[in-house]
Amino acid sequence: MNPANYLYLAALLFTVGAAGVLLRRNAIVVFMCVELMLNATNLAFVTFARMHGNYDGQVIAFFTMVVAAAEVVVGLSIIIAIFRSRRTASVDDANLMKW
Amino acid sequence: MTQTLVSAASGALLATGEGGPGLHSVPATGVFDATWLVIALPLLGAAVLLLGGRRTNRFGHWLGTLLAVGSFFVGLALFSAMLDASDADRSVNQHLWDWVSVGSFQAEVGLHLDQLSMVFVLLITGVGSLIHIYSIGYMEHDENRRRFFAYLNLFLASMLLLVLANNYLLLYVGWEGVGLASYLLIGFWQHKPSAATAAKKAFLMNRVGDLGLAVAIFLMFTTFGTFSFDQVLSGNAQASGGTFTGIDLMLLLAACGKSAQFPLQAWLGDAMEGPTPVSALIHAATMVTAGVYLITRSAELFNASPDAQLVVTIVGAITVLFGAIVGCAKDDIKKALAASTMSQIGYMILAAGLGPIGYAFAIMHLVTHGFFKAGLFLGAGSVMHGMNDEVDMRRYGGLRKYMPITFVTFGLGYLAIIGFPLLSGYFSKDKIIEAAFAKGGTSGYVLGSVTLVAAGLTAYYMTRVMLMTFFGRERWKEAPVGAPADWHEPHPHESPKSMTLPMIVLAFGSVFAGGLFVLHDSFVNWLTPVTGFSEGDSPFSEYAVTGMAVAMVALGALVAYVQYARREVPAVAPQGSFITVAARKDLYQDAVNEGLVMRPGQYLTRMLVWLDLRGIDGFVGGLAAFIGGTSSRVRKVQTGFARSYALSMFGGTALVVAATLMARMA
Amino acid sequence: MSMSADGVAGGVVLAEQLTRTSTGEAVQFWILAAVALLGALGTVFMKKAVHSALCLASTMVCLALFYMAQGAVFLGIVQIVVYTGAVMMLFLFVLMLVGVSSVDSLKETLRGQRVAAVAVGLGFGILLVAGIANASLGSFAGYSGGTSPSGAPAPSGTEGELIAQNRNVEGLAHIIFTRYIWAFEITSALLITAALGAMVLAHRERLTPRKTQRELSEARVRENINLAPLPAPGVYARHNAVDIPALLPDGSISELSVNQTLRARGQVRDVSREPVHRVAELEESGEVWMEQRGDVPTARHEGEEGGEPTEGGAPDGEPDGAADQDPDEAGTPHGDSVAAGAGSKESRS
Repeated sequence: MNPANYLYLAALLFTVGAAGVLLRRNAIVVFMCVELMLNATNLAFVTFARMHGNYDGQVIAFFTMVVAAAEVVVGLSIIIAIFRSRRTASVDDANLMKW
Repeated sequence: MTQTLVSAASGALLATGEGGPGLHSVPATGVFDATWLVIALPLLGAAVLLLGGRRTNRFGHWLGTLLAVGSFFVGLALFSAMLDASDADRSVNQHLWDWVSVGSFQAEVGLHLDQLSMVFVLLITGVGSLIHIYSIGYMEHDENRRRFFAYLNLFLASMLLLVLANNYLLLYVGWEGVGLASYLLIGFWQHKPSAATAAKKAFLMNRVGDLGLAVAIFLMFTTFGTFSFDQVLSGNAQASGGTFTGIDLMLLLAACGKSAQFPLQAWLGDAMEGPTPVSALIHAATMVTAGVYLITRSAELFNASPDAQLVVTIVGAITVLFGAIVGCAKDDIKKALAASTMSQIGYMILAAGLGPIGYAFAIMHLVTHGFFKAGLFLGAGSVMHGMNDEVDMRRYGGLRKYMPITFVTFGLGYLAIIGFPLLSGYFSKDKIIEAAFAKGGTSGYVLGSVTLVAAGLTAYYMTRVMLMTFFGRERWKEAPVGAPADWHEPHPHESPKSMTLPMIVLAFGSVFAGGLFVLHDSFVNWLTPVTGFSEGDSPFSEYAVTGMAVAMVALGALVAYVQYARREVPAVAPQGSFITVAARKDLYQDAVNEGLVMRPGQYLTRMLVWLDLRGIDGFVGGLAAFIGGTSSRVRKVQTGFARSYALSMFGGTALVVAATLMARMA
Repeated sequence: MSMSADGVAGGVVLAEQLTRTSTGEAVQFWILAAVALLGALGTVFMKKAVHSALCLASTMVCLALFYMAQGAVFLGIVQIVVYTGAVMMLFLFVLMLVGVSSVDSLKETLRGQRVAAVAVGLGFGILLVAGIANASLGSFAGYSGGTSPSGAPAPSGTEGELIAQNRNVEGLAHIIFTRYIWAFEITSALLITAALGAMVLAHRERLTPRKTQRELSEARVRENINLAPLPAPGVYARHNAVDIPALLPDGSISELSVNQTLRARGQVRDVSREPVHRVAELEESGEVWMEQRGDVPTARHEGEEGGEPTEGGAPDGEPDGAADQDPDEAGTPHGDSVAAGAGSKESRS
């Protein structure tokens, strides 16, 4: 099979993750869908590394993981902080910045 | 610098032997150095009396009169100096200072004194001084007398500046100045709404004329590059015939405005709201003659365009008849005299439009008219003074017994104006009629006939005035219809000496001035170096014209006699024919002005206001409302839900990817 | 790993392009791709958040296997250890804190959001796929020294050697610490910042000063509550499950022995009466059986504790006819606080 199929898979995963961000209301599930999108891009990077025959893509994927980890840490603590004060984990409940 | 140019130009012209038409002057020397005093004295008076305020109330009238008389004496000195000088040296130019000096735009303040301006200076200061003296008595009981004299002095200064200016721009300053003084004096009794409105009307109609003068000056500058008399009127100015016609028509417009000629004549009747000395000075002798001065001074320009001259004569002819017809039906003595003024100036304009044939006679009639019209107005003022300020002639009657001096002076003025043989008006008016016929061709016949008819009408309405005022039944003894309960009959009495003395002096002028002018053709010879003179080609002899004129005069006087002396003068104005009704309404001049000018102007402003309110304000307001409405709708996009924002971001990303793909694939 | 199309096996093959993967890899791809996709869909569509987390974990494991199949061995291990192992567990911890049982209602609150999301998602997906399909990817270089589609030859020097020798970790290390050193430093700073940020966000500031021991003691004396020290944990405990309360000496339930959260949720298992009744029932049924058999009644067993677990609050239960039957075994009569044994079996919610 064409090794470019990994790219198609990455595209599909990314799309599913993006749709999940739009459809789910639970903040943590939204976050998980974001993680899914990041993983899809990682897969694409690794495939491109293979395509070019060097390790640059892998390094980028590595750094993406680092950043995603940091992001998860901060994001989840934000969710906990919101939950503590508002007793809700729904993204729709934080809608005060509106017209 | 201007002086050297002037002297060089005049020297060159003299060297080539070109005298006559064309203005060329020598620099001022000796007595002529005092020319500026003529203007400065009344100007000083105006400044002191206006700036000094109430503190000058006690001596204000004396100061004003003194300065006016002083100005007259300076004028006399200049006149005697001019008599001593030769023809060529009589044209004097005094440079005072450089006014504007910007590149090619050079304007100076300077005075030009020649035979023509000398005539005007003497007329203005002489008649002006007499009227100052008259006003001391006439305005005795008015608490604003000092202000009155300030304005009179201001008028004198402006009028003198007008006739002494040596370039058109400075003439414009004087032109505006007399317009201002006229406005201030007509509306002198500010508390009277009718007076304030009349002042406004006069000023506005004058303004239309001023526009003409301004445009003429613009054209002059564009064509000749200068406004100085020396260059524009030197006879060497080169331009196309059309340009000359344009300038001349604009100057004519200016003259119509200032001299109350058709079509700008409607303000003169209403200007009688001012005190009678004002009517005498400004609206009889001097300001309204400024138009004639302008045309005569610009003789070179008018001579270059026969078409313009034709228009001038037509305007004069129309006004002559207009004023005469209106004057026949006026019961207000001052308004009747005003209509008469309009008509007489029509004569002058007509004569000025005839070219070198008529310039001198126009000025001659101007001077004699100054005498007898001022005298008539002062006499009317005297009558009003004695009759408790009553102006309606139907309330007069048989006053000759009670006011003999007034009667005599008024009568002499009356005889002069109708052209009674050997009085001044006879000489000046008949010359004009002759000149009109001397134009030749169809226009000559037409103009001559018009002037003859007008002479007859003049005799008619002036006889009417005379009979209604001084003869007949004493109608003022009966109470008028609708009189209040405390009405008592007036006690007509003669006016004090301060008022009668000027009237007597003017009566002398009315009688003798004409004869003096015609003696040895002194007046015409005096003016010829400035205006030029030609005999023209009259189909009738001098005697034939005189005979026709006298016949018309007699006819008019007879008809008036039959109507007003033989029959009772009704105390209430009768219905009259449709001509009478029309004449009473000034031949519907106000209606015409309103319909042609005022209404369209009002509609225009109303439409512009509507446009501004609805269109521009609507547009701006609509734009604001549109933006407000749009934003209040668009802001609903900010729902506060992070998911909808995420959706729009996602949609945007999809669009960007699509665009990139299309760019790549293309 | 990857071999060239002409199937030269073994040995070092230099400068070989990769146009098709090996069959093994292909099979692995198709199976794991399906699993990954299902996991992704599960993450999005599962009702309970914990199920979504587990689906995501499965997707991540599949992806780790993909990485290893493509030659990024280090990355694959890191994916499992860091991503699945640490990040997903972090998710699960927070889920526990936030509420495991909280369920998203199915009704969508925003009008048209679902339709728009599906439409845009579909469109985006199609665009991406079209874009990839349209891209002239050429043939992959692979790690056997081929040229990349952009025309660049295989890397040379140290890096090239490490790649050729399939030394993934050393190769990555070489690149990270030479070419990407700056990014490395920055990301480490980022990690430190993230840790600090989490501490700051999770910190709860005291609003009131902490009561000292003395103050607490004084308050206790004043209010006459818990004057004597509380018993140490485990003194009255009967069971080591967190949701089974301890019994006080008088037989009543000690509220303090169960976590406040569980109390608030009503997840306390009350079995105070139940084992006793169970034992009583057993004895009764034993006796009955023995009578039927005609045997000598055996010694009574103390009933096992921890009978059927019951849901619902401890003091409440359904009154049973058998409640008054064993007053002597019941010990201290406890009124109507009878947890019906038989009836409680059906009261499982």
